[in-house]
Amino acid sequence: MNNLAKMVPVPSRAIIPERDLGSTPILEVSHLGISFGGLNAVEDFNIIVGRTEIAGLIGPNGAGKTTVFNLLTKVYQPTRGAILLDGKDTAGMSTMQINQAGIARTFQNIRLFQALSVEDNVKIGLHNQFKYSTLNAILRLPRFWDAERKAHDQALELLSIFNMEHMANDTAGSLPYGAQRRLEIVRALATRPSLLLLDEPAAGMNPSETEALMANIIKIRDMFQIAIMLIEHDMRLVMGICEGIAVLNYGKIIAKGTPEEIQANPAVIEAYLGQKKEA
Amino acid sequence: MKLTKTGQKRLVSNSITYGMVVLAFILVQIVDSTGHLTSSLRGQLVPICAYIVMAVSLNLTVGVLGELSLGHAGFMSLGAFSGVIVSLGLRDMVGAGPLRLLAALLVGAVIAGLFGFVVGVPALRLRGDYLAIVTLAFGEIIKNVINTIYVGIGPDGLRVSMSDQASLGLGETGTVILRGPMGAVGVDKLASFGAGIILVLITLFIVLNLVHSRSGRAIMAVRDNRIAAESVGISITRYKLTAFIISAALAGAAGALYALNYSTVVARKFDFNTSILVLVFVVLGGIGNIRGSIIAAAVLTVLPEMLRAFNDYRMLAYAIILILVMLTSNNDRLKQLRWRFIARFRRGTPQQEVDHE
Repeated sequence: MNNLAKMVPVPSRAIIPERDLGSTPILEVSHLGISFGGLNAVEDFNIIVGRTEIAGLIGPNGAGKTTVFNLLTKVYQPTRGAILLDGKDTAGMSTMQINQAGIARTFQNIRLFQALSVEDNVKIGLHNQFKYSTLNAILRLPRFWDAERKAHDQALELLSIFNMEHMANDTAGSLPYGAQRRLEIVRALATRPSLLLLDEPAAGMNPSETEALMANIIKIRDMFQIAIMLIEHDMRLVMGICEGIAVLNYGKIIAKGTPEEIQANPAVIEAYLGQKKEA
Repeated sequence: MKLTKTGQKRLVSNSITYGMVVLAFILVQIVDSTGHLTSSLRGQLVPICAYIVMAVSLNLTVGVLGELSLGHAGFMSLGAFSGVIVSLGLRDMVGAGPLRLLAALLVGAVIAGLFGFVVGVPALRLRGDYLAIVTLAFGEIIKNVINTIYVGIGPDGLRVSMSDQASLGLGETGTVILRGPMGAVGVDKLASFGAGIILVLITLFIVLNLVHSRSGRAIMAVRDNRIAAESVGISITRYKLTAFIISAALAGAAGALYALNYSTVVARKFDFNTSILVLVFVVLGGIGNIRGSIIAAAVLTVLPEMLRAFNDYRMLAYAIILILVMLTSNNDRLKQLRWRFIARFRRGTPQQEVDHE
């Protein structure tokens, strides 16, 4: 698999769109693909995401959007293509290493540590920020107290982004749906990513919650100066906050561009509404 | 150090657990000094401590890590026999009993921990029931291997043979420690109830401190959602191994304590039935509930003795009690009643109860 990924050339500058991408973009994906038993779930996927860009990935159900996220985070190992994170090849990395390299994510079907408290969920996100050994933990050495106090303060600070500090002691599984989605974002942010992947962050939220979420996504980008890539079906959210959008259908990118370009693109309209039949 | 609300709750809960053990020790001492402790119960005191350590350590694997292990007695066996060998091997060099006991417990824990690593590395990479099957096989293998080993001390040190006692070639002066299927004979009874309680307290200290720490959270994260744990940068293999090795090492110490309470120890004692017995303690006490494990291990070890009056129907009564406890402790309506009772007791006045979700 390593060799396969290396055989693919670094993407040429020609496919970089007219946006400010910084000196090196945070994410460069070229010719990414995976097949499951002969079916190409994702094929020839190319995208470039700038350092503080909010990028959208849209498409009909089953288009392969979540598969792209799973490829980026190496939940699936890609069969073809290269993923460059901050200019470095991620071939052969595990999900854990990808996170340490700077990609954090949320999940379409929420994956919280249900039985643990909200604070513990965030602290698990801080796992690699405030380190101490198991021996330190068992013997309760000063290092333990120091790191735990810092982790506690940091956890509350992160929760305050969504005004969730007062829920810190609640069990994660008992939170309302919207709060669970927000907690997942906080947990992902705790790992200090440079690229945050949000898989349907507004799913199940009411319009006013979605409105607040949109403001918060921009706030997070501005606060942490990170890139955010999101999958979403709520077009108001996507068109409202995304600077660049890629449209996926049957595992292939069918359109790329700014929200205005995407809205006017006939291929996109066709993918969503179906082909107009000749009379 | 300023404590948070959760921190305070945790401190109270842990104090209750430690206090319970210390209180039990004091009570037993009082009952013993007034001469009301039956000899059969006195003989059970050290095994109870050993089983408590077994149950708490297995709870670390089953409850906290969320992996099923069916070979916990295998680690106990390793600890027991390495402990016996160490205690007898040191007999001439170290006179003090407690020191030899300490050495036996430490070596038992280290050996069992090492085997925990060896078994854990391949088994923990797999998901699902594989660990259960591998540990089950491990327990049986350990039992059968120890059944064929002969160990003796000669003038020039430790000798090991896999065939028979004669091939140890110890001559007149040597002593045989381990006689294959006959087990270890002539073991010094170094273990005491006090030492057992200290081991229980150390076990609690290790397990409770581990659970409420960065490592413990990582272990529980792996249990609750493997993919999410990986996605926040946690090494699955590392934390599975950490929990499994600590669990195995504590079982080793428990085995050494158990073995040094008897003059004869046989490998058959640490078979599949013992593994299941300890698993019953864990399940009955509540998976992941450390205090429950302690109570279940103590009560269920004493229970067969208490049921002597039933003679032949003793084990039948034991089984019926087990089933009844299981049914009542998992009954939602009874749980609600209990909560209502506690709430009423706390408030002092019967108030309208808000339903817990």
